[in-house]
Amino acid sequence: MTVLNPLKPSERMKIPRQHSIEQPASDRVQGFTEVSFGVDEERAMIEATRCLECKNAVCVEGCPVGIDIRSFIQLILQKDYAGAVNKIREANYLPAICGRVCPQEEQCEAVCTLGKKHMPVAIGKLERFVADYEMEHNLFTPPVITERRDQKVAIVGSGPAGLTCAAELAKMGYRVTVFEALHAVGGVLRYGIPEFRLPRKILDLETDRIRGLGVEIQTNFLVGRTATIDEFFEEWGFSAVFLGTGAGTPNFMGIPGESLPGVYSANEFLTRVNLMKANKFPNFDTPIRMGSNVAVIGGGNTAMDAVRTAKRLGAERAILVYRRSRQEMPARQEEIHHAEEEGIELMLLTNPTRILGNENHTVTGMECQRMELGEPDESGRRKPVAVKGSEFVIPVQIVIEAVGQQPNPIIQATTPGLKTGKRGVVETNEKQGTSRPGVFAGGDLARGGATVILAMRDGKQAAVAIHEYIQSKVQDEGNKAIVSTGAEVVGT
Amino acid sequence: MFPIISKEILAPTISKFVIHAPLVGKKRKAGNFVIIRVIENGERIPLTIVDSNLAEGTITLIVQAIGKTTKLLCSMNAGDSILDVVGPLGNPTPIENHGSVACVGGGVGTAEMYPITKALKGAGNRVFSIIGGRSRDLVILEEEMRSCSDEVFITTDDGSYGQKGIVTDPLRQLLMNSQSGIKAVYAIGPLPMMKAVSNLTREFGVHTLVSLNAIMVDGTGMCGGCRVTIDGKMKFACVDGPEFDGHQVDFDELILRNKSYLDFERMANEQLLKETASSHEVAP
Ligand SMILES: Cc1cc2nc3c(=O)[nH]c(=O)nc-3n(C[C@H](O)[C@H](O)[C@H](O)COP(=O)(O)OP(=O)(O)OC[C@H]3O[C@@H](n4cnc5c(N)ncnc54)[C@H](O)[C@@H]3O)c2cc1C
Ligand SMILES: Cc1cc2nc3c(=O)[nH]c(=O)nc-3n(C[C@H](O)[C@H](O)[C@H](O)COP(=O)(O)OP(=O)(O)OC[C@H]3O[C@@H](n4cnc5c(N)ncnc54)[C@H](O)[C@@H]3O)c2cc1C
Ligand code: SF4
Ligand code: FES
Repeated sequence: MTVLNPLKPSERMKIPRQHSIEQPASDRVQGFTEVSFGVDEERAMIEATRCLECKNAVCVEGCPVGIDIRSFIQLILQKDYAGAVNKIREANYLPAICGRVCPQEEQCEAVCTLGKKHMPVAIGKLERFVADYEMEHNLFTPPVITERRDQKVAIVGSGPAGLTCAAELAKMGYRVTVFEALHAVGGVLRYGIPEFRLPRKILDLETDRIRGLGVEIQTNFLVGRTATIDEFFEEWGFSAVFLGTGAGTPNFMGIPGESLPGVYSANEFLTRVNLMKANKFPNFDTPIRMGSNVAVIGGGNTAMDAVRTAKRLGAERAILVYRRSRQEMPARQEEIHHAEEEGIELMLLTNPTRILGNENHTVTGMECQRMELGEPDESGRRKPVAVKGSEFVIPVQIVIEAVGQQPNPIIQATTPGLKTGKRGVVETNEKQGTSRPGVFAGGDLARGGATVILAMRDGKQAAVAIHEYIQSKVQDEGNKAIVSTGAEVVGT
Repeated sequence: MFPIISKEILAPTISKFVIHAPLVGKKRKAGNFVIIRVIENGERIPLTIVDSNLAEGTITLIVQAIGKTTKLLCSMNAGDSILDVVGPLGNPTPIENHGSVACVGGGVGTAEMYPITKALKGAGNRVFSIIGGRSRDLVILEEEMRSCSDEVFITTDDGSYGQKGIVTDPLRQLLMNSQSGIKAVYAIGPLPMMKAVSNLTREFGVHTLVSLNAIMVDGTGMCGGCRVTIDGKMKFACVDGPEFDGHQVDFDELILRNKSYLDFERMANEQLLKETASSHEVAP
């Protein structure tokens, strides 16, 4: 391999990390086009040259789905971009998506050898580059499915967990149907993450490729109501079920004024825009309320997406209100940085206490308290404590709450014997099995709110476990059949 | 796609649709609803499942054309298709034999009341039904309601049919009359009507169930847009309801929340008018 990269490690370390090409903030807040254009071929090549091609490629361990990062980077060095993306696809069927939304800085790039003394290899940007290159040059070749199996598997929910599980099982030859409650596919990728971070064109293409594996996707199907898990086994002939219904039920703060029109959960706000295209009203029928000043409560990815969306809908002041300090914000650094570039105001160490309305019952402001950081709490983060008498009012017309979500309870309530833990999270073992034989679960439903890649990891893991489960049952039945035919033989 | 099998006009603004949706039809119970999206650019709106036919694989919806989406739907005919239908959603109505019950339907709410009335009758109740409408035109499903009621009272605001007045008039009579022995009241209609019914039954201490028509998006508990306040606690109408104890509902709050998009609705309506006007111009 060194033939491809003649540079000595010390020379490689001297090359600066390559940056994405980004749309200027003033332009991008005018619409929903993608913020980052990624890296071009030249930058990708330079970046790939930086990789030390470590014998002990720790980056691979840092990846929740174990992408063979070193090998795909080596394929980039050989200009075999299609080969590189196929290498990724062996472990991850949604490379164009993960290259955009994964927190690589906490995963592969966090452990990259080069990162110990220098900046880590921009693995995420390389992943995105090869996926985009393949797309632009139409190089996609669907994997060959060598074996067809008769057994049917039902996947509930079309988020990253469900789609990944479906893809893996389809590749093994199973007959897979995905059931999705909404009219569109993708889960949070569709209704939560905005276009400016994940263009719909890419999501559509990736989901089409999953359909291309023979996976059937049935939208408008709320499992638990349209049909239950028990019916899937007893009437529909499914051999196993994977639950990937996510953590879609939004929490509210429980402060006065929350029921005023103009107060949204981030889920509703983002769904109206991303799924229903309320930003294009009246060409699309779903409306959304806007105002010149918008406050978003929270500090995670969801809050960040909501506040940046509000800016794009025309808010002059889009303010993020978070009760801890910047250091504790769970959102990705990159997103916080992008938000600040776009003119988002961060109001840190601030906690809302009340939403105020006028006689017309429209929101006029949000009363907040200043906070100080006290002792660390159970999460290890310093606990915010209110400063007495520090109340003040921010003048806003729209308030969006992004203060966490929980699993939707419909499946749990309609599936007898399915064990759940705290906050309705479905309990799973290390193989994603639940308390019900043949029922597997993963993603946010089993984690209570995590990441796209962890959902995918669970989906993959579950596919392997489902395969084992079905094969062991096939074997059992085979044994029984042998025993019974054996008995007949003896009888005749 | 969900094909419209047949359409019947019940009143100038109210149409009945039979739609092919076999899976929904198979599972639906009285009180359930569906969320539909008529066209690609359309809104998701909730509609009650009025009836179903297992053999034909159909469900029945009764729709009042009040805004863009419902007008669009009501302009459709047998042979057309609805893009999306998901359901059955919401909790089914708890049906039990109370002895004697009153079923109150106001306007298109009578359509939503009908399956419940039928189920209550089926459970052995003595059923007193009250159908209200602004005028004669808006009194719907009288025949159907009669078929599952022991007695039917009709009121119109303008007195053009039945007794002049509002549904609470005959209801008060019934509640005052110890012979009727009403143990539970089910009411579906405009929010002010359900509020008035609940206020009345509270006086008599009679348990009352109302169906809340909050504005919905997904209908699966994912957005919280349909939140209502019940006994001081936040509930999601789509998954915790749509029916709640009328004595615990904060009606004023819901009335306000349902006005959240008035300006937008007006705009959408005007746009629809323009569109239909221009399509008429093009037509020969
Ligand atoms: C706004 C936002 C931004 C985010 N940004 C990032 C990011 O940048 N990077 C990152 O890694 N993570 C991010 N996350 C987290 C990430 O999106 C989730 O962890 C991930 O989507 C979970 O995947 P999932 O497959 O478990 O569930 P989901 O994506 O939630 O999908 C579940 C699907 O199941 C469907 N469903 C639910 N109940 C039923 C039922 N009964 N029957 C049929 N279908 C049902 C739902 O409609 C939904 O489509 C973000 C989350 C949000 C909300
Ligand atoms: C559980 C439930 C069952 C219902 N069943 C029936 C029924 O069987 N027949 C029937 O005719 N109507 C029913 N409705 C009411 C129906 O959903 C609304 O009339 C319809 O959404 C109006 O949409 P529009 O675009 O035509 O009118 P718009 O002009 O957009 O709205 C008119 C009014 O309808 C309400 N509304 C608007 N959008 C929504 C929405 N997305 N969800 C809910 N309400 C909305 C608002 O109060 C608004 O002021 C039901 C509502 C609920 C919540
Ligand atoms: S750890 Fe970093 S330098 Fe080493 S192989 Fe992985 S990406 Fe390359
Ligand atoms: S309609 Fe979204 S939670 Fe009820």
